[in-house]
Amino acid sequence: MGKRVGMEVAIASAEAAALCKFDVAAVYPITPQSHVAEHLSDIVHEGRVDASFITVESEHSALSAAIGAAGTGARVVTATSSQGLLYMSEVLPIASAMRLPIVMIIANRAVSGPINIWNDHSDIMPMRDTGWISFFADNGQEVVDMTIQAFKVGEDRRVMLPVNVNMDGFQLTHMVEPIIMPEQEEVDRFLPAYVPYAALHPDNIVSMGTLGMPEIYAEAQKSKDVALVNSIKVVKEVWKDWEKQFGRKYEPIQSYRTEDADIALLTMGSMGETAEIAVDELREQGVKVGLLKIKLWRPFPFDELKKAIKGIKVLVVTDRAISFGGPGGPVFSEIRSALYDQPKRPKVVNYIIGLGGRDVTVEGFMDMVRRAAKGKLSERYEIYGVRG
Amino acid sequence: MLEIRWHGRGGQGAVTSVELLSLAAIEEEKYAQGFPSFGPERRGAPVTAFNRVDDKQIKIRSGIYHPDVVVVLDESLVALVDVAEGLKPTGILLVNTTKTLAELKKNIKFSGKIATCDATGIAWKELGVPITNTTMLGALLKVTGVVKIDSLDNPVKERFGRIAQKNMSAAKSAFDQVRIIS
Amino acid sequence: MTEKKWPETWQEVNPGCMVFRPGSASEYHTGSWRAKRPIWDNAKCIKCGVCYIYCPEGCINEDKDGFFQANLDYCKGCGICAHECWPKAIVMVNEED
Repeated sequence: MGKRVGMEVAIASAEAAALCKFDVAAVYPITPQSHVAEHLSDIVHEGRVDASFITVESEHSALSAAIGAAGTGARVVTATSSQGLLYMSEVLPIASAMRLPIVMIIANRAVSGPINIWNDHSDIMPMRDTGWISFFADNGQEVVDMTIQAFKVGEDRRVMLPVNVNMDGFQLTHMVEPIIMPEQEEVDRFLPAYVPYAALHPDNIVSMGTLGMPEIYAEAQKSKDVALVNSIKVVKEVWKDWEKQFGRKYEPIQSYRTEDADIALLTMGSMGETAEIAVDELREQGVKVGLLKIKLWRPFPFDELKKAIKGIKVLVVTDRAISFGGPGGPVFSEIRSALYDQPKRPKVVNYIIGLGGRDVTVEGFMDMVRRAAKGKLSERYEIYGVRG
Repeated sequence: MLEIRWHGRGGQGAVTSVELLSLAAIEEEKYAQGFPSFGPERRGAPVTAFNRVDDKQIKIRSGIYHPDVVVVLDESLVALVDVAEGLKPTGILLVNTTKTLAELKKNIKFSGKIATCDATGIAWKELGVPITNTTMLGALLKVTGVVKIDSLDNPVKERFGRIAQKNMSAAKSAFDQVRIIS
Repeated sequence: MTEKKWPETWQEVNPGCMVFRPGSASEYHTGSWRAKRPIWDNAKCIKCGVCYIYCPEGCINEDKDGFFQANLDYCKGCGICAHECWPKAIVMVNEED
């Protein structure tokens, strides 16, 4: 059942990719992802996987090289963060449109300006519409597990889409913690060898990355959207397989103590476990509170959300990014939209928390719940703890 | 749960200390976190690093504001930063110094337990360099008992290779020599 | 002419819009775009092949005597061959002439 080790989570994510025997890594280093890039390079250099490490001069080239490699039928991993992800943005929808199952490990970090290297989700949020599957990890174990799962989901013939695994920069990447590292033999059993749908080869001619004129562009986009929407079945199936083999359960939305809850917090990423402690402490004080943690952000788990909010009167959505001039944080606006046609829906309030590395404590989450329970916030959304 | 804050200067190995302590605790089937103060790394600048160790799974991922233990790798920091900030009154302040309690009290506002160890002296003798991180780790294990000193063997071996033995004997000397002075 | 130019429905779109028919672009005759066409004066031609190299359409071929000519099914009449031909063996003439 794997070996329990102490390991920095960034390094563990690279080790997880190595367990998947990637063929090509094309990565450009950026804080706080650098240890992922360095360790992938070490793994290839030491010959631990039979792979090429492509040194590139930018993130735009990293993903472009990844697409080229994936086009030849290679299993490809890349990784980035913040400005690097934004620099890749032009290439992100091309990878998904070409239906290439690249896996990208993202060390989530704020975007400039002001220049900030610390954690929030303002890098991935603007990328949510690029056609990638998006996982969000709570802890180092989930980073490792999701990286391995990502290859299996993306490479499935019913999916054929790139997948990004989101881990909070610093809070996760720079954390040394216990992780159960699956054995090579276990991963081999879980993840079959990659057989691409098509690969660039002189003996088997195929054109990839073709022109789509107005007569075909809409049909092409519909076909991509359907593939992404339908991939939730495969994600859930792969997570069931994972649970059967490794005993660790994954769900698109994980509920914590929500059975009889009137109020629920909603988080994505590493603050989920801190919020669990807040729920435990409030429960001890008699507050009927629970927690929902979104693990699958794309495709958005509409049905699972509707089930998860049953009986909840106030849903306290926390966002780690701002949609400037918009209706609230991106998670908040999607949740509200998803619940709009529900006959019985909770009141939804929005706190934007942990921007650019601002810490959120257990007491902070408890305070958010207590204030939300009283009813409306003074503003449509509140940047929690902002001074002024 | 035991929460520890380390004070050092960039390059003195505070981050290595928290990593080694985490690995030793995890080796003992405990749960642990080891993390730097998040941000850029600057050689010579005052830095902090953190540990949490517990017998149960550690869920909390926010910062450590009220540590049980503070370890100071470099005594010159005492005059620069408030090393006792937030330290629990029942906690321990462990300083690498040869100074007396009265001398330390000029800069440190802490009325709880203070322990000292001449880690620089030990490091010069055992390692030939004034790098005190593994030495102070030995002293920490004596005053807290958070993990057994033998549990450091494997992590130190993996980290330091052929100079692992020297680091272990430095840690063990500090383990024997550290004194609680208040 | 019964073959479809593009998939009728989204269900017919290949994953990634991949095209599996090699050389399918050759069915598209770009020669209809042409306003002028290149004419070679073989008396001036030194058989250097610069026209063949520079043709962006790749539609210039060498004949059995080593002279060059354009495949007018694909030649767009861009005139690059005439521009590059330094012995001035190629002139562009109006299609109507």
